[in-house]
Amino acid sequence: MPALTERLADASKQKLRSVQEYFSLAGKALRFAFVRPFYAQDLVQQMDEIGVKSLGIVLLTGFFTGMVLALQSSVQMRAFGATMYIGRLVSASMIRELGPVLAGLMVAGRVGSGIAAQLGSMRVTEQIDALNTLGTDPIKKLVTPRVLAALIMVPILTIINDFVGIFGGSLISSLMVGVPTGYYWRTVWEQIAGDGFVLRFIPTDFVQGLVKPFVFGGIIAITACYFGINTTGGTEGVGQSTTRTVVLSSILILVVDYFLTQLLLSVLGS
Amino acid sequence: MIDDPRDPRERTSPPTTPVDSSTPAPTDDRASDRRQEGRRASERRPTTIRRAIRDELADEPTDEYYSETHPQEHRAVPVIELDHVYLAFDRPILENVSVEARKGETICLVGESGTGKSTILKLILRLLVPDRGKVCIHGEDITDLTFEEALETRQHMGMVFQSAALFDSMSVFENVAYPLREHTELDDDEIEQRVREKLAFVDLDPDQVMGQLPSQLSGGMRKRVGIARGMANNPEIMLYDEPTSGLDPLSTGTITRLIMKLQRELDVTSVVVSHDIRSVFRMATRVAVLNERRIVFFGTPEEMASSDDRYLRDFLGGS
Repeated sequence: MPALTERLADASKQKLRSVQEYFSLAGKALRFAFVRPFYAQDLVQQMDEIGVKSLGIVLLTGFFTGMVLALQSSVQMRAFGATMYIGRLVSASMIRELGPVLAGLMVAGRVGSGIAAQLGSMRVTEQIDALNTLGTDPIKKLVTPRVLAALIMVPILTIINDFVGIFGGSLISSLMVGVPTGYYWRTVWEQIAGDGFVLRFIPTDFVQGLVKPFVFGGIIAITACYFGINTTGGTEGVGQSTTRTVVLSSILILVVDYFLTQLLLSVLGS
Repeated sequence: MIDDPRDPRERTSPPTTPVDSSTPAPTDDRASDRRQEGRRASERRPTTIRRAIRDELADEPTDEYYSETHPQEHRAVPVIELDHVYLAFDRPILENVSVEARKGETICLVGESGTGKSTILKLILRLLVPDRGKVCIHGEDITDLTFEEALETRQHMGMVFQSAALFDSMSVFENVAYPLREHTELDDDEIEQRVREKLAFVDLDPDQVMGQLPSQLSGGMRKRVGIARGMANNPEIMLYDEPTSGLDPLSTGTITRLIMKLQRELDVTSVVVSHDIRSVFRMATRVAVLNERRIVFFGTPEEMASSDDRYLRDFLGGS
């Protein structure tokens, strides 16, 4: 059926064009970070919006994830008499995987949807067109500050998430499993230092744990801005953009996490 | 929501000739009026829209005012020029469109919905590029400009949107100050002075509205803030996309008068997309009528009102 193949070809072209536009937006947003004028006030405002206002949700998820991780692993490790290594397990899991991924997913849900809704509303109420007609590049004014803020704040949130998670794990270890607190923290440090250092002083685990949230921050902000500024269809369109942002950025975080882990393991080892 | 602080004179001023008369006066009364007012008054009997428009034109001091404020050689300079423009997306949008605006003119674009009127504004702003033909500003073709050059060109234009498109997270002051902060080196005091001046120009009380958010204003006030923002940078060109749509008759009159005031006092070249024929006939120096992607008429309101073209007659509501 030629009509069907034609439709499929059109749909494929459309998807490819969207992917091209997505990366084009990312490229422009990053390039504009080095071109005047710099919207420093907007950047600070977005850092507050993305970072400071997400702190509560990240603290909660990190704390409870660390606790449940210690609890679950203690059951399994008791069978092997390895409960003394809970600190190593919790810290490795939090720093390498759970910290970045959970912080990313939380920020995607809270901030990504907010950015998409805000820019989507600006699109449907012609505010983005107004920026254009006032001689301002909307990408520079709206997208670049959000992308930069996410690139800066998501890694910071991840570090906090990691620490709170490991702290939650220490509470469960000492109160419910019987691992002394001092010993728990010593095993945490052994895990962090045991995998070696990059540039002599940066623990390898930290590199893994910080490269990922940096990438996730970019994914969240660019996905949200892309769907936001391309919103059509009034308020219903704003809702769709918000949903698409959360779904796509969550999927991208999980998929990119796998490939990044592969890459980092092959580059850094262990 | 706050009260509209329009000049009280606007509220009390008698309405101009009605566009349509749904309640004709008794014949005897009309005859009496004719006797009292003479021949011209009898012509003002608004039995049709075209007749009403012609009557209204007779009330507007258009010709004298233009000869005084816009010397012929001054007006002969084309500030905006679309030359045989073609544009298509999935389907043709504009075909062989040629229209020009000379310095100080107000060109009104009218036509049915979806005929490409707003598209012409986007071409002038260089938000769109024609497939064929030229769009010139001050004689310079803007179709080949880079994105950055286009942004620079737009700084010399002001645009008023149908929805006003004010930045809803900013106060009125920040909205009007935005282009000044972006494109000028003015200090804070100078910016505040300029914002006050522009808000006063559009008949808004700066002290009352500057700190308010757009959501706290009425529709007419938002439009006026939109005009103030558009003219903040003292542009040579003002573009209006249906500036009176969705407004009550009083606010419509206020916006129309503001557009005329801008033209009269600041010699701004304007292009107005409008469905409000009565406003169009009040403010336009020339009217372009679009039908099926083409300009089917481009001339003065007087020529339009007296045209025997069937489409124009239908468009204006019959002869």
